[in-house]
Amino acid sequence: MQWETIIGLEIHAQLSTKSKIFSAASTQYGQKPNSQACAVDLGLPGVLPVLNVEAVNKAIKFGLAINAHINQRNIFDRKNYFYPDLPKGYQISQMDWPIVGEGKIEITPNEQTKVVGITRAHLEEDAGKSIHDMFNDDTAIDLNRAGTPLLEIVSEPDMRSAKEAVAYAKKIHTLIQYIDICDGNMQEGSFRCDANVSIRPKGQKELGTRAELKNINSFKFLERAINLEVERQQDILEEGGRVVQETRLYDSVKHETRSMRSKEEANDYRYFPDPDLLPVEISDELLEKIRQTLPELPIQKKARFVAELGLSDYDADVLTLQKPLADYFETMLKHRIDNAKLYANWVMGDLSASLNKHQIDIQDSPITAQSLSLLIDRISDNTISGKTAKEVFKAMWRGEGNADEIIQAKGLKQMTDTGEIKTIVEQVIANNAPQVAQFKSGNDKILGFFVGQIMKLTAGKANPKQVNELLRKKLS
Amino acid sequence: MSLSEKQVSQIAYLARLSLNEVQLKDNTQDLNAIFSLVEQLANIETDGIEPMSHPLHMSQRLREDVVTEKDQSALFQSVAPKTSDGYYLVPTVIE
Repeated sequence: MQWETIIGLEIHAQLSTKSKIFSAASTQYGQKPNSQACAVDLGLPGVLPVLNVEAVNKAIKFGLAINAHINQRNIFDRKNYFYPDLPKGYQISQMDWPIVGEGKIEITPNEQTKVVGITRAHLEEDAGKSIHDMFNDDTAIDLNRAGTPLLEIVSEPDMRSAKEAVAYAKKIHTLIQYIDICDGNMQEGSFRCDANVSIRPKGQKELGTRAELKNINSFKFLERAINLEVERQQDILEEGGRVVQETRLYDSVKHETRSMRSKEEANDYRYFPDPDLLPVEISDELLEKIRQTLPELPIQKKARFVAELGLSDYDADVLTLQKPLADYFETMLKHRIDNAKLYANWVMGDLSASLNKHQIDIQDSPITAQSLSLLIDRISDNTISGKTAKEVFKAMWRGEGNADEIIQAKGLKQMTDTGEIKTIVEQVIANNAPQVAQFKSGNDKILGFFVGQIMKLTAGKANPKQVNELLRKKLS
Repeated sequence: MSLSEKQVSQIAYLARLSLNEVQLKDNTQDLNAIFSLVEQLANIETDGIEPMSHPLHMSQRLREDVVTEKDQSALFQSVAPKTSDGYYLVPTVIE
């Protein structure tokens, strides 16, 4: 049986406000337990939630960035359920009238661009934290996180593979950092993903029963958890079983998902409008004001890289996927925009590979954008070959100096004296008669052998282009 | 529209209300009486009328994003049944 995977994501992004969404307590991470949980966050009797203007502004900013409809009148509802880290017995959220309506975002999981629909994005408060393994017979509750503003971004079930889901999550992750509404820190839980996964026989219209995967705190785990869940559902259905609608926790240590609770009874949240909070009205003026604060968006930056620099869609996507990477590349462009393609190749190639290998963020790269552009300039002005540049790059990475210093110190400057190269070319041809005969009988590939010999004799300093030209001339 | 006793007992469970048999019967009856009162609304023409979420003709006032709350955890925890190391403690919750 051929199966089709259907994935929709719910992303919770903590908005980077100083105070909570409905109270004036601090949202700072990692503080003493319960030191930032005030009477409102604790749900003590007689308190009144008052909405934080910045949370509203940041939600609007997101809506404008994905070209969504902004509901200029939106309403807060109570979502009722019992859990110790939710002291009020309800979470303030938005149900029928979310602040952000339908929008869309483009992803480029491979060479092809695909549009993913965003159903809605709504404001809500985060819950506190339950810690189950700290005390033997009790669960410990820290309510510092309770009331932290969240934007829940709900996608359409438009993704067809774990890869696409990851591409989408990364796109949203990038966007919220570009527009500065969330710090995107996944370890600290500022950006969390839940995935709704179902499968159906290829060609079938109706959706299959879905499972909701929770507890995914990295893109790597998102991909693994989805693939694992797809396999699990395939096994069940192929054995004639039935998938149960439920929430499953992903365990990255055991690499398994396991059932959390059956949703059949628990999911009746009995939403109703929160009488403590009046409808939120957003004026045209405010929308316009916030629109003015939008920076260049990743999609705009990408289009500019394609149109102005002639980069491929895919390359432009990679370079704009993370803001720090885009900033690095743009610093190089300031140096010499006509070298853009070469810069792009180096940033995505040697630089990214070295950063990955040493697990260093680009912000902390030992080679700055300025010094990398200087190195690449030495390729374009024929001081060194691309191959030698890789050697210089490694020396720069080790902190041996800038490109010019290393080229000087190691005597790597390319041999460009045609006379000198010519002598060596002639020498190599004279010494390798059998290979010359092979070339003359039509074996073009043997040219590489000659190039190799010449490079050996010149310690890699001959200009490969010149060598090739001279060789062909001499051999024909 | 009317509710069965089974539905009422489910709703009571969701609200963590414990109802004995008599209470369940009474509550079902009362709720259904309220429903039949509200049902009169179905006879009214409501096309084009926006659903009302709040009885006041006002919009939400917004608060500047400023931290003014101080740490009062010691005071708040003085009325909690059980605390330790700054945490509130509750009977083990296992999912």
